[in-house]
Amino acid sequence: MPAKRVVITGLGTTSPLGGDVASTWEAMIKGQSGVRHLTDDWAEEMPVKIAARVAVEPTEIIERVKARRLDRTSQFAVVAATEAWRDAGLEDADLDKDRLGVAIASGIGGVTTLLDNYDALRDKGPRRVSPLAVPMLMPNAPAANVSLLFGARAAANTPVSACASGNEGISLALDQIRWGRADIILAGGTEAAIHPLPMAAFANMMALSKNPGDPATVSRPWDTARDGFVLGEGAGVLVLESEEHAKARGARIYAEVLGAGITADAHDIAQPDPAGRGGSRAILRALAEAELDPKDIVHINAHATSTPQGDIAEGLMIHATLGSHADSVVVTSTKSMTGHLLGGAGALESIATVLALYHRLSPPTINLDNLDPQVELDIPREARELPGGQVAALNNSFGFGGANVAVAFGSV
Amino acid sequence: MATTEEIRADLAEIVNEVAGVDADDVQLDKAFVEDLDVDSLSMVEVVVACEEKFGVSIPDDEVKNLKTVGDAVAFIERAQG
Repeated sequence: MPAKRVVITGLGTTSPLGGDVASTWEAMIKGQSGVRHLTDDWAEEMPVKIAARVAVEPTEIIERVKARRLDRTSQFAVVAATEAWRDAGLEDADLDKDRLGVAIASGIGGVTTLLDNYDALRDKGPRRVSPLAVPMLMPNAPAANVSLLFGARAAANTPVSACASGNEGISLALDQIRWGRADIILAGGTEAAIHPLPMAAFANMMALSKNPGDPATVSRPWDTARDGFVLGEGAGVLVLESEEHAKARGARIYAEVLGAGITADAHDIAQPDPAGRGGSRAILRALAEAELDPKDIVHINAHATSTPQGDIAEGLMIHATLGSHADSVVVTSTKSMTGHLLGGAGALESIATVLALYHRLSPPTINLDNLDPQVELDIPREARELPGGQVAALNNSFGFGGANVAVAFGSV
Repeated sequence: MATTEEIRADLAEIVNEVAGVDADDVQLDKAFVEDLDVDSLSMVEVVVACEEKFGVSIPDDEVKNLKTVGDAVAFIERAQG
């Protein structure tokens, strides 16, 4: 069976920059930061007191009784998927639900539900553990809840690869549609890990920035003063659809998903390969699968989380894979504004990549005052226009465990 | 000692909190499953919240006998007595 072409027909998010795609994109183009001081009581004693919480609490949107049965990861996924569903014009579409699927990833899963229930167990005994704890905290709960919401019966999958999870969700959806197993998949990722335990853990492994300055300036990919990432939260969901199905129903097409590359470093459980070899192989695989030449790439939404090592390694990858064309590519890190959404990152950044192609506009990288001399990339400090014509873009995501996922998108 | 009406009103608040049922609908003659659409997992949450609120113990074996709001209120009254 020939591979089907796969396109993007809907986008949805709830992010630190906005409660939907329009507000998130507008803030991104303006170079606004979603990083704030945490106001939670527990933050007082934490080594890091800043994070990028969602701009709009999901409980303002989801009805109270429904919300209390959903972990925050599922709440974000439901909000983002509902927007993507409407954006794709699927509300009134006549669909074969056996061919409608979900692939929503999470890096950590329902950690808040798990730990809140542990608190109840320890303080009040086993009787007080919620009977809903397991279906709320399981990592596949967001995918399952979205499947329930729309009656999606082709599959409800949850790829888990730490900070590469969101991209892996999109990659999985691409395969499912390409090989004819579904017509439409709601794909992406979600994360809600702003809780003292994961924050203490990330801080203790020296992954989080301890910069005491203005929170808006702390996430600074590729800047010489970067010292770690800022934890974010939220979800992104993209509607992936076979081109023939999208055209048959007259859907708006944002971009084409041309290919994906997934590799593993086999180097270290947490540290990236310093030369970025695993990431390079993922990019090369994505280019090969997409049948793209390096010169077709005009834009990269980088993983660049604002860590000392990872940001350099990604610069090396881009040069190793694109050769001399690397100098002509507009490379940005939207994490400078959103913080790091972990399992939601690849999804939110795929939305940014798709919109960059659609509007021919790259979001900026903020807080880049002094470019690290070990990084040779063209990074826009303000939103930058991208070339017209038939062009392509990459979204990179890398995760603990040595997971690397690059996804190639093409303009339409 | 709480009156039957006081217990019913407190129980109605719990059922509203857990299952979103309008508190005014939680009357003695109403069945949790058939009339109020409280599913089995929500019922477990209601029972645990009642134990905390009314200072009683409601064994799992007993829960299946609490078909109506009146059954639950009567059980709580006896357990408190």
